[in-house]
Amino acid sequence: MKKYELIEHTSDIGLAAYGKTLAGAFANAAYGMFSIIAELENVKEDEKRRIEVSGDDIEGLLFEWLNSLIYYFDVEMLLFKRFDILEFEDTRLVAECRGEKYDSSRHRLKTGVKSATYHMLEVDREKNRVRVIFDI
Amino acid sequence: MPKWEGKLEKVDEFRWRIPKSYKKGMRVDGLIYADESMQRQIINDQAPEQVANVAFLPGIVGKSLAMPDIHWGYGFAIGGVAAMRVSDGVVSPGGVGFDINCGVRIMRTNLTQEDVSPKIKGLIDALFYAVPSGVGSKGKIKLGMKEIDEVLVKGSRWAVEKGYGRPEDLETTEEKGEMKDTDTQRVSGRAKERGVPQLGTLGSGNHFLEVAVVDEIYEPDIARVMGIDRVGQVMLYVHCGSRGLGHQVADDYIKEMVRAMQKYGIEVPDRQLACAPVDSPEGKNYLTAMRCAANYAWANRQCITHWVREAFCRVMGMKESEAGLQLVYDVTHNIAKIEDHEVDGKKEKLCVHRKGATRAFPPGHPDIPQKYAKVGQPILIPGDMGRASYVLVGTEQAMKETFGSTCHGAGRMQSRSAMKKRFSGREVLNAMEARGVTVRAGSLSGLAEEAPEAYKDVGDVVRVAHGAGISRKVARTRPIAVVKG
Repeated sequence: MKKYELIEHTSDIGLAAYGKTLAGAFANAAYGMFSIIAELENVKEDEKRRIEVSGDDIEGLLFEWLNSLIYYFDVEMLLFKRFDILEFEDTRLVAECRGEKYDSSRHRLKTGVKSATYHMLEVDREKNRVRVIFDI
Repeated sequence: MPKWEGKLEKVDEFRWRIPKSYKKGMRVDGLIYADESMQRQIINDQAPEQVANVAFLPGIVGKSLAMPDIHWGYGFAIGGVAAMRVSDGVVSPGGVGFDINCGVRIMRTNLTQEDVSPKIKGLIDALFYAVPSGVGSKGKIKLGMKEIDEVLVKGSRWAVEKGYGRPEDLETTEEKGEMKDTDTQRVSGRAKERGVPQLGTLGSGNHFLEVAVVDEIYEPDIARVMGIDRVGQVMLYVHCGSRGLGHQVADDYIKEMVRAMQKYGIEVPDRQLACAPVDSPEGKNYLTAMRCAANYAWANRQCITHWVREAFCRVMGMKESEAGLQLVYDVTHNIAKIEDHEVDGKKEKLCVHRKGATRAFPPGHPDIPQKYAKVGQPILIPGDMGRASYVLVGTEQAMKETFGSTCHGAGRMQSRSAMKKRFSGREVLNAMEARGVTVRAGSLSGLAEEAPEAYKDVGDVVRVAHGAGISRKVARTRPIAVVKG
């Protein structure tokens, strides 16, 4: 099963992510976002962070989830590639995220992602699919 | 993305109206500045729908405006201008964007292309190393969590007091690089944490440093006031914004505004347009935090300016006083400001959102530097990295029609992924070299995304802005060397 697909947008980049469960789609959206930021093949899973986020509703939760991960990248230069969602509700999720600190000798950064946006943001509970457009 | 199928009525050669009858809920008409050929390109994506959506926002006056560089954004279109009454209107963080006070400045030099060309490779390398750039770039400035508050309050002045740049730089920076009515308490810890390591960095995306040459002067008298003296003269551009700090401020307040809309019973067609009354705690808090982020961006450009000057003088083997390097002007093109404008013959306090749009104040306006009182506010319009950029001035017509605003750049028309499919970074690098533009980039794939073909011709954009009278052409420059973030 495909984890995610990129969506064309004039100035920015979006993605649609899929999962067996909605939590899986959230995890794949995060994976897709880090695939936009960097090439993930050489990224190890040495570092682990437990991340808890909350939102006012499921759309708000997706916005907050992705933007929290961008925050970790910005502040700690952490490139995440594995996302185990431990708890998942409409307004709260807890995840264990694994990855590695950026190392310019082994990793290649591609595109800076400023933020996930609410524009066209969609959470489809029936198809376990989410869509988000990023500001680049 | 499907073509836009809405209703666009031709007003005249440069103006197209989306009547408020197009969509139930629009409070005012939409107005797009474009000529016939640009208009055909503009309806290729959903940007006009976004212009219509902005017309839903409470308290909007005049029209929901879009400059000729309009393109599809998120929430607001890029190139959008919307003014809301302070008394009963709203402020929307989406109408400013994530990169608060993304902006441009240019410095003039006493040198010509002949002086610089033999050393251009060394110069661009020196600039590349002097200014950290690229995805996740970290700065050289050691800043603590306490000191960052000072940056947020003082903006450019903080930088100048620390020795980055000249006191007179402040005079030729919009808002003197220091917006008042700030409150650092309104900026989250997360935003500050992101801001601390990134001060003095260019970032990525479309941000750049550019060595350019004046290649046409349309208004010699006005150009001279700006220190633009002759064709062949070397100019330096800096384009960047508020980095992660600004992005976090936008995130934080969009979330707050989504809540506030329920509280105030506001409905909008796109959640990214989330807003709150200007005169509400949420609206005021956003504006104070936004001003802090704007000041951070000005401090950022000011520090970068200092390193650009140092690197330039080192490579050219001359003192700053010989090289010139005066700051012509610095404009912001992602901002919301409280300004006085005339609406239906009455002076009114408005919250003017400029998202991918530049202020264009006319001669004699009290908010522009004394030096430019007679000629009007300089406006800097960077194009893509291969073609040209323009210096314009503000006009009375802009005050009448666009709340003193005009375009901000070339405007994208092709997506990043389309560009990457079409070109490799190496191909773009070689094509630029063939055009006589030396490029240094942190990331080659990032370079492919920024290929000139992704953009409209800035010459078309400026022709419309000039033709419509909302700004006036002064000079054109062309790039000879570029550092891409």
